[in-house]
Amino acid sequence: MSKLIPSAAKLLSGTSITKAAGPVATTSNAKYSTKSESTFEIKPYKLHKLDKGPAQSATLTAEDALKLYEKLATLRRIETASGNLYKEKIIRGFCHLYSGQEAVAVGMRAAMREVDSVITAYRCHGWTHLMGVSLVGVLSELTGRRTGCSRGKGGSMHLYGRNFYGGNGIVGAQVPLGAGLAFAHKYRGDGGVTFALYGDGAANQGQLFEAYNMAKLWDLPCVFVCENNGYGMGTSVDRASASSDYYSRGDYIPGIWVDGMDVIATREATRFAIDYCTSGKGPLVMEMETYRYSGHSMSDPGTSYRTRDEVQEVRQTRDPITSFKEKILSNELVTPDQLKEIDTQVRKEVDEATKVSKSEPEVGVEELAGDIYYSSLEPQIRGVTPAAPLRHVEVVARK
Amino acid sequence: MALKSSPVLFGLLARLSRRSFSTSKALASKPVTVRDALNQAIDEEMERDDKVFVLGEEVAQYDGAYKVTRGLWKKYGDKRVIDTPITEIGFAGIAVGAAFAGLRPICEFMTFNFSMQAIDHIINSAAKTFYMSAGAVPVPVVFRGPNGAAAGVAAQHSQCFGAWYGHCPGLKVLMPYSSEDAKGLLKAAIRDNDPVVFLEDEILYGMPFPMSDEALAPDFVLPIGKAKIERPGNHITVVCAGKATDTALQAANELSGKGIECEVINLRSIRPMDFDTIAQSVAKTHHLITVEQGWPQSGIGAEICARVMESPTFFELDAPAWRVSGADVPMPYARALEALALPRAADVVAAAAAVIGNKIAEAAN
Repeated sequence: MSKLIPSAAKLLSGTSITKAAGPVATTSNAKYSTKSESTFEIKPYKLHKLDKGPAQSATLTAEDALKLYEKLATLRRIETASGNLYKEKIIRGFCHLYSGQEAVAVGMRAAMREVDSVITAYRCHGWTHLMGVSLVGVLSELTGRRTGCSRGKGGSMHLYGRNFYGGNGIVGAQVPLGAGLAFAHKYRGDGGVTFALYGDGAANQGQLFEAYNMAKLWDLPCVFVCENNGYGMGTSVDRASASSDYYSRGDYIPGIWVDGMDVIATREATRFAIDYCTSGKGPLVMEMETYRYSGHSMSDPGTSYRTRDEVQEVRQTRDPITSFKEKILSNELVTPDQLKEIDTQVRKEVDEATKVSKSEPEVGVEELAGDIYYSSLEPQIRGVTPAAPLRHVEVVARK
Repeated sequence: MALKSSPVLFGLLARLSRRSFSTSKALASKPVTVRDALNQAIDEEMERDDKVFVLGEEVAQYDGAYKVTRGLWKKYGDKRVIDTPITEIGFAGIAVGAAFAGLRPICEFMTFNFSMQAIDHIINSAAKTFYMSAGAVPVPVVFRGPNGAAAGVAAQHSQCFGAWYGHCPGLKVLMPYSSEDAKGLLKAAIRDNDPVVFLEDEILYGMPFPMSDEALAPDFVLPIGKAKIERPGNHITVVCAGKATDTALQAANELSGKGIECEVINLRSIRPMDFDTIAQSVAKTHHLITVEQGWPQSGIGAEICARVMESPTFFELDAPAWRVSGADVPMPYARALEALALPRAADVVAAAAAVIGNKIAEAAN
């Protein structure tokens, strides 16, 4: 047990996900597992302009394993619920699912510290939850209800939380914004690192290269994370990128290729990235190779530009949850019963949150003109006709 | 810098202030150029709040492409006055991201023409985030730089973005005219917790305006969203902003000689727009023209006319309102053509005369 304590303490103090996660009884579960910790080999990283990369193996405690598994399962379950809500026509507009990519966010979050910040694109439901927003906060934002983390005014692409700056709907725009967040960490000297995530599609946006350039010029503590899921909408990486070695596309910025289907690899790589950036060496690029099971968004069946066999094969051979599950079971870190217990608990929590997200009302119509400005100076906000003026309301308390 | 009239105007102001017996502080105090007023505003706000910093092309070691940031790099150093590469979308995005995180960036565009490269971050990232996040993420950024037509720089470097940015909820859009406007409004913009687009004018940079002791003091801040009556009058309301205010005031002088007294309203703020001041004036003068340098369609004047049409102010009018605007053409380079593409005082005089004489139909033929 004594070996258990330091890593468990690190996990608890280093993240707020424990609090957001709900009451999963992981601490008492340790006694079920037969080993307290185990070491895992990691698929070799590919390095760009780095002499040394992240650790090639990592030790997981039983606590770690359960925690990571619970997060992976939660993210998968959120997306299952989201897909269903969309099919029931309760989620409107766009809805982009993260299923298949969970190991990227979960591993990164496990390595992050309180001070670090994140910005991503629109495939953001899971990230939002990992950054501390409750399941109800996420799911009822998708359903547009008042309990949503953006009070239903943002929708599925515009979720925010502490140190989490969206949820951005414009492909690529989040990358200079992320460099700006990193700029603020450096300006303040708070030691924080920003993770700016983007897909393989966004990787070709011109503004990324502008952000790379300034981040390197100014040594900003920014990790540019390319989540390469193989397709920008329906265009495969080979049809969109002259070079699909995304980890090397920062040119003068060192980069690492990481197996984004392995939560242990993404965690170790992120630890390395934090050490790298906090040592004043400037930015880093991380390519996380991953896969998305669903189409680009719910309106895309995802079958015209790839085969069903391809999706099936990834599900069967590389699924981030199944593969992690096998690893921790075969190493006897956890027992099937413990995982089953987590599955049941996660399902229950997500189901309950889903129920709330369907039953809560939308915000009142007075909030149509709520919080447009921090301090509104307009006597009236114009409505659809001059006869129906709106009044700006301050819903959120001002500092 | 294409300012030819400044020595003349400077001399005039100096004479005025010597000859004046008035105790008005404005006349007693010293002339300050718009450039220096802007510089003072940034300097004072950087002094006041260490979260304020400046970034943009040539703002530091070059001392500012138009010297607005002169001396600031020497005073505040690399940390707070930052030269960027020529990458507008990148540095505008960085500015907005830094504002998300609670800093107060002043993002200089060498001219607003180049802000088109970055307009996504101004509209989609800056203007909408506070609303989309239900108030969780304020965006206290200022985008500033010279806007509108300079002189002899042709189509891509000569256009007004007042209407473009004024269109978008979530932004505040300011367009200063005088040195007092420049200082008081820029300080207000920097202190404001919302994203502000601050549209300056290259031709006004070198123009001196008298500044009162009050305006020179470090606590001088003007309210955003309030227009200024630059010149009271009873016969016709002339609404303008920025450089067009200069044109309107010249015309008002000329019209005064013909017995027509213009009430010249300098909007100062395009969004929010101080329509109350316009309505009160029209209730008195019963005539209205607008003057702007931008294109007519969906422009600032179009917005003012629409608001008049939609409100009881419509019934105050004795004649249709007219817009005096930039011609509906891309800016030509040739001198004579360029002159015809922008509103001149004579155009304002003619428009006022036509509206007051209720000779719209004839004038339009």
